[in-house]
Amino acid sequence: MSGISTPLSLTRRRRTEERAVRAVLFFFALVSVLTTLGIIYVLLQETALFFREVSFAQFFLDTRWTPLFLSKRFGIWPLVNGTVLVAANAMLVALPLGLLAAIYMSECASERVRRVLKPFLEILAGIPTVVYGYFALTFITPILRSIFPQTQIFNAASAAIAMGFMILPTVASLSEDALYAVPRSVREAAYALGATRWEVATQIVVPAALSGIAAAFILAVSRAIGETMIVAIAAGQQPKLTLNPLESIETMTAYIVQVSLGDTPHQSLAYKTIFAVGMMLFLMTLGMNVASYLLTRRFREVYE
Amino acid sequence: MTANHLLRTMTEYGVLFQPNLDRRKALGRVWEGVALLAILLGIAVLLTLLVRVFLDGLPYLRPQLFTEFPSRFPDKAGLRSALQGSIWLMVLTALLSFPLGVGAGIYLEEFAPKNALTRFIEINVANLAGVPSIIYGLLGLGLFVRGLGLGRSLLAGVLTMTLVILPVIIVSTREALRAVPASIREAALALGASRWEMVRDHVLVYGIGGILTGMILALSRAIGETAPLITIGALTYIAFDLRGPLDIFTVLPIQIFNWVSMPQAAFQRLAAAGIIVLLVVLLSMNALAIWLRNRLQQRW
Repeated sequence: MSGISTPLSLTRRRRTEERAVRAVLFFFALVSVLTTLGIIYVLLQETALFFREVSFAQFFLDTRWTPLFLSKRFGIWPLVNGTVLVAANAMLVALPLGLLAAIYMSECASERVRRVLKPFLEILAGIPTVVYGYFALTFITPILRSIFPQTQIFNAASAAIAMGFMILPTVASLSEDALYAVPRSVREAAYALGATRWEVATQIVVPAALSGIAAAFILAVSRAIGETMIVAIAAGQQPKLTLNPLESIETMTAYIVQVSLGDTPHQSLAYKTIFAVGMMLFLMTLGMNVASYLLTRRFREVYE
Repeated sequence: MTANHLLRTMTEYGVLFQPNLDRRKALGRVWEGVALLAILLGIAVLLTLLVRVFLDGLPYLRPQLFTEFPSRFPDKAGLRSALQGSIWLMVLTALLSFPLGVGAGIYLEEFAPKNALTRFIEINVANLAGVPSIIYGLLGLGLFVRGLGLGRSLLAGVLTMTLVILPVIIVSTREALRAVPASIREAALALGASRWEMVRDHVLVYGIGGILTGMILALSRAIGETAPLITIGALTYIAFDLRGPLDIFTVLPIQIFNWVSMPQAAFQRLAAAGIIVLLVVLLSMNALAIWLRNRLQQRW
């Protein structure tokens, strides 16, 4: 709308109102910037206090995380390990299923089928995470235990499966947007060369939309890493270095919940650890969100 | 007929351009079936989840669930304080986030000059939408609970939750405004309206359906959010009525989480009953949003 200039002949009262409204709305828009600054300020401040008592070496080089025990150890890696283990397994569910769903919705389904299927995926995305946690613990875990008897009651796999299905609609919908953005002419050129519908979808459209799909995948990973309630309910509270998804682990988010549920005194070291862990979590997701944003912008530039 | 001759004839009739076409088409159909299965698998999980929760929770879906406070005894436990907390939280969050989010959306879509600051704000909103909600909990803990000294009060929860859903409202407001055609704005300006008069009297009138739909969807996210409220310390065991914004509080999903974490099977079933209540509220809100969208949204 910048092409249209405001009339100059406004009365003084109207001009004052105009300016006042504009200033107020601008301030509202600034709240989002203030929020980011607030997050960075709070995290930095408490993390700095944390590192006054715990050295970087203890945080990054130790392999055990036991800040709530008598012999305190502050190695972050077990929590990162738990987080990545759950997120990676969730992606094994969400990425292939989400991409297949997106291809079907965008390239294969008739308008009528789309209209029937889409609302289900939207509901799947709208279910609160605490409900998925309940489902993981009371439904998925018993099934896993009957197949693999060595599975622990709280385990990474159960949380990861529930999380995968929670994130599936996000992957599907974002990838679908990316597939849609590929112009019709590209598809028609492929058809003209004799490709079948599935060949057009997988060999032409998907590669053309690859940066958008990659952006969707990265965003999905970032959501999986930040997801809290499912892992707090179903994945356990035992930070450890393991690649076995049937074991009980602890993620960064679950640790923050664990400490928050106890009555932790404000000055205690335990209180500060959740901000240090939060900082780590914030940096990991921030990096991925920025990467996803840049990729999305790139694929928009190509086709708009 | 030599082989070469045959090859030339086939080329002329376009046969060579369909090598194995039948096989490729069949393969395509198989894969399309697999892709459809991926969606159906997601839907099957959804239905299993709903049926499972319903069957688990049904025995506890009785009047006491709504009138009783939480208790150590599953037969006496209810959602009274959690319902009060959720309703209060939602109303106050709506009152606060509506002007802030819609205002910011209006500014970015209708007033903001195209400059570096605007771009910075936009990137910032996009990034905030991707920040894990538990980080907002840490912000609320440092800023509202400790910094402003609000303690573990409902007000601290409202402020935190407002920040969580603000990016969602801003984005949906902008989409709703973008759907209003430029001709409406040009007509208003041509008749001498100021920018704000144009927005207030014309653009908002047409965009309000989409804005309200986005608002309801944002609130339905707020009512299901658990992590940020646990982080600011919303308690799970509250056995008195909520009297004001400075009281400590609990909400539906936190109460559910608390019951899920109990070892006794009875509490798990109580949790399922709580989940039914939460899902009914959520689905009604979604239905309301869809109804509003169909009723108020202008098609151009």
